[in-house]
Amino acid sequence: MRKCSFIRLLVVLTGLVAAFATPASAVVEININKGNVEPLPIAITDFISGDDLGAQISAVVAADLHRSGLFAPISRSAFIEKISNPDQAPRFEDWKVINAQALVTGRVSKEGDGRLRAEFRLWDTFGGSQMTGQQFYTQPENWRRVAHIIADAIYEKITGEKGYFDTRVVFVSESGPKNDRKRQLAIMDQDGYNVRMLTNSKDIVLTPRFSPSRQEITYMSFEGQQPRVYLLQLETGQREVVGNFPGMTFAPRFSPDGQRVIMSLQQEGNANIYTMDLRSRTTTRLTSTPAIDTSPSYSPDGNQIVFESDRGGRQQLYIMNADGSGQRRISFGDGSYSTPVWSPRGDLIAFTKQSGGKFSIGVMKTDGSGERILTTGFHNEGPTWAPNGRVLMFFRQNAGAGGPQLYSIDLTGYNEQLVKTPTYASDPAWSPLLE
Amino acid sequence: MSRIDSVASSRMQNIARNPVVLALAMTLALAGCASKKNLPNSAGELGLGGSATPGSTQDFTVNVGDRIFFDTDSTSIRADAAQTLDRQAQWLQRYSNYPITIEGHADERGTREYNLALGARRAAATKEYLASRGIPASRMKTISYGKERPVAVCDDISCWSQNRRAVTVLGGAGM
Repeated sequence: MRKCSFIRLLVVLTGLVAAFATPASAVVEININKGNVEPLPIAITDFISGDDLGAQISAVVAADLHRSGLFAPISRSAFIEKISNPDQAPRFEDWKVINAQALVTGRVSKEGDGRLRAEFRLWDTFGGSQMTGQQFYTQPENWRRVAHIIADAIYEKITGEKGYFDTRVVFVSESGPKNDRKRQLAIMDQDGYNVRMLTNSKDIVLTPRFSPSRQEITYMSFEGQQPRVYLLQLETGQREVVGNFPGMTFAPRFSPDGQRVIMSLQQEGNANIYTMDLRSRTTTRLTSTPAIDTSPSYSPDGNQIVFESDRGGRQQLYIMNADGSGQRRISFGDGSYSTPVWSPRGDLIAFTKQSGGKFSIGVMKTDGSGERILTTGFHNEGPTWAPNGRVLMFFRQNAGAGGPQLYSIDLTGYNEQLVKTPTYASDPAWSPLLE
Repeated sequence: MSRIDSVASSRMQNIARNPVVLALAMTLALAGCASKKNLPNSAGELGLGGSATPGSTQDFTVNVGDRIFFDTDSTSIRADAAQTLDRQAQWLQRYSNYPITIEGHADERGTREYNLALGARRAAATKEYLASRGIPASRMKTISYGKERPVAVCDDISCWSQNRRAVTVLGGAGM
């Protein structure tokens, strides 16, 4: 690995030599572009270990795969064969009988140096072969992360798409009554575990977003009654103001190469989009209208920027080149469009749409065609993409008492799931994958 | 849009002219602790106002009115808001020692980032109006809280209309 990740985890990944060399079969696969797919029945056995850890890791793997909506883990009580040696081929007939199309076996053990060794094998039961086998070494406290990495490997092998389970989410943790809401930046694993607060609740903090390296966050804070964009180093907790602008700066995001922050600068009644180069500290103005131009988001190749503007009356989505040239409107539907975010695959733009008193999350192609609404209701806002571009997270505020909560939904509009958080939560931003 | 706004605001100024005179008279009357019956915009406020020291923050909040309200997605100064701002300008000229922070706010029926800009626009429109009534721009700061600091918390129009506001705060930004 190039840089160490911010949780100082060292994962050593090696291919496990298959116990017997059968080529991977193509029998087990999921086509995830079909929309509402029938989840694949999969048996995930407790990993062999001297303690509870093996079962705990299996449970996290099963939960990840289940939440994706693409897998249906089979209840342990249906299992016939009890796996005692994961290095040996299972009795495939025993698994075919309970309709397990895929089978996961594994082992967790302690190394002499205190590290944890976790290994797993994925079996194609109907093909009677091993699909993959891998092993990982890590510190014992990182066992959940190892489970997510194993779930990613299984997801990738069966769907042909990169997984997204070994990722994190930054968000705004909200507590207290609506007219005296306390806000803190927080970070957690994508499944809602390992929540950690990154700021205290003294100042209003909003819109955190990851750097491509996952080591930094850019966000907005009202510290000192001066609303401005900041950078936060996750490892050290070090903070700094981005630029020295003569007004409120807000709506920050990183460029895909991590070298620039793009954001809005408010001057009197007018918001325009600027970038700041983090090395040279030079700033560049990209829009120049008497309108509100905000929520900029780069295309994954860094060549284009999607943003929202009310220059035509209501908020609509626009695309421009990275130097600010070629500004053109792409959204033309009823209502108003805001918070555009470019998909990591480059093919779609997710947005918030307000129409008829409802707030929806939707996606459209980059030329504005093919609009699809994924979810609609009293208030849904602020989509963010999983790094594989298959799943979106957003926040929802229902009418009545209470506060916002996070939800995830498949790109197809199926499999909407609440992401449980200890407090109310808004402004989720999904981390990239490391690699 | 800007043409319609300017027509509307010149009409507001005409409407506002009379109440300004009355409001001024009221302020002076209160300062002298005189009788206060039958003046417009004061009936509900005088109970408290009677105890506010003239020139105090409480006097400003209660007797003048520290906030104005906006229509949905709008940053135009309404006729009722212009009356309030005219009273504010009179008071602020009389008590010229206070620095001023104008807070702009939006209701919850918008997205977070847009509402930060919308609140800033409302604060800027308010500042511009007060400047046109003789308050030096150098005395006024603005800040936007977007939709993050509602005062009314129900889920319907009656609350949203109270949250779309600009608040003139004496001294500095607070609540």
